[in-house]
Amino acid sequence: MHIPDGYLGPATYGTMFGVTLPFWAFASWKMNKTLKARQVPYLALGAAFSFVIMMFNIPVLGGTTGHATGTTLIAILLGPWAAIIAVSVALIIQALLFGDGGITAIGANCFNMAVVGGLAGYGIYRLIAAGSDAKSNRRLIAGAIAAYVSLNTSALLAAVQLGIQPLIEKSPSGQPLYSPFPLSISIPAMALEHLLLFGFVEAAVTALVLKYFQKNEPEMLELIKDSHGRAR
Amino acid sequence: MRVNSDGMATIKKLWIGIGILALLSPLGLIIPAFFGAGSAWGEWGLEEIKKLIGFIPEGMQKLAELWKSPLHDYTVPGQKPGLTHESLGYILSAVIGIAITAGLAYLIARLLGRKNKEN
Repeated sequence: MHIPDGYLGPATYGTMFGVTLPFWAFASWKMNKTLKARQVPYLALGAAFSFVIMMFNIPVLGGTTGHATGTTLIAILLGPWAAIIAVSVALIIQALLFGDGGITAIGANCFNMAVVGGLAGYGIYRLIAAGSDAKSNRRLIAGAIAAYVSLNTSALLAAVQLGIQPLIEKSPSGQPLYSPFPLSISIPAMALEHLLLFGFVEAAVTALVLKYFQKNEPEMLELIKDSHGRAR
Repeated sequence: MRVNSDGMATIKKLWIGIGILALLSPLGLIIPAFFGAGSAWGEWGLEEIKKLIGFIPEGMQKLAELWKSPLHDYTVPGQKPGLTHESLGYILSAVIGIAITAGLAYLIARLLGRKNKEN
């Protein structure tokens, strides 16, 4: 899902930087107000986890690969705004150092995987987990469903951004200038592999790590109560 | 979020977990190679695109070579061919990437959280 350089035209990647920037700004402001010193090491851990989990490429029928992102997990444990920062840092390092995702596509990739991934994952988790005990199975199910839907939403966004290129970026002779595949190809291709495989991988990773926290560090799952202002 | 006496221990344990993931990361290379799977959908290189559609789109050609990443595709400079060397390069890339990502995230979090009264 890391869109490389050359797949999005300037209109799209420019717009995506413009759309993502306010989210980065708001996330920074939010962290400035709410981040506690003792959460700082967890944010570094979250970013590192996101970085390394994305290196676990999984093959899928049709000869392509995909991977989990860890975004929903981080959003559940640290909140959506911290997740946006953590996953964005991982994506930016991947683009700059490893050429995984383009530098022109940093805005788009961060929007798809960090911003929308984090907000959707957190929102769905909150919705399903509301009122449940931190150690309940409902939390695990909520995390798994949130992770599945979140990753699929991110993939769909990437597919749309890629799929509109042949419509909006073509040479005078009608040849595509950037990503050549239309929506009718990009959406089924991206959606199917994420619906059938990668979404489940993200869900499993999320539920497994949540289970670990339930057993060993259940306070980490108290974020829902924290955000309602209960003093801890 | 409370960090009590075993709070440090938790962070240490989680870092060990990240270390294990770094060591296992070549699975993300070996398993796709075993099944003959290539790039992710929409992440093909210029050569692959040419094979897929018969030509390289003009704009793509220009933008694709905009940035030369130092550890391209999680390989280290001077890396020899073969899955063993690729795996070692992949682990080294993971370690470097984890260190820089965590370091940068830590720095940003410290700077952003600085004004918080609860610190």
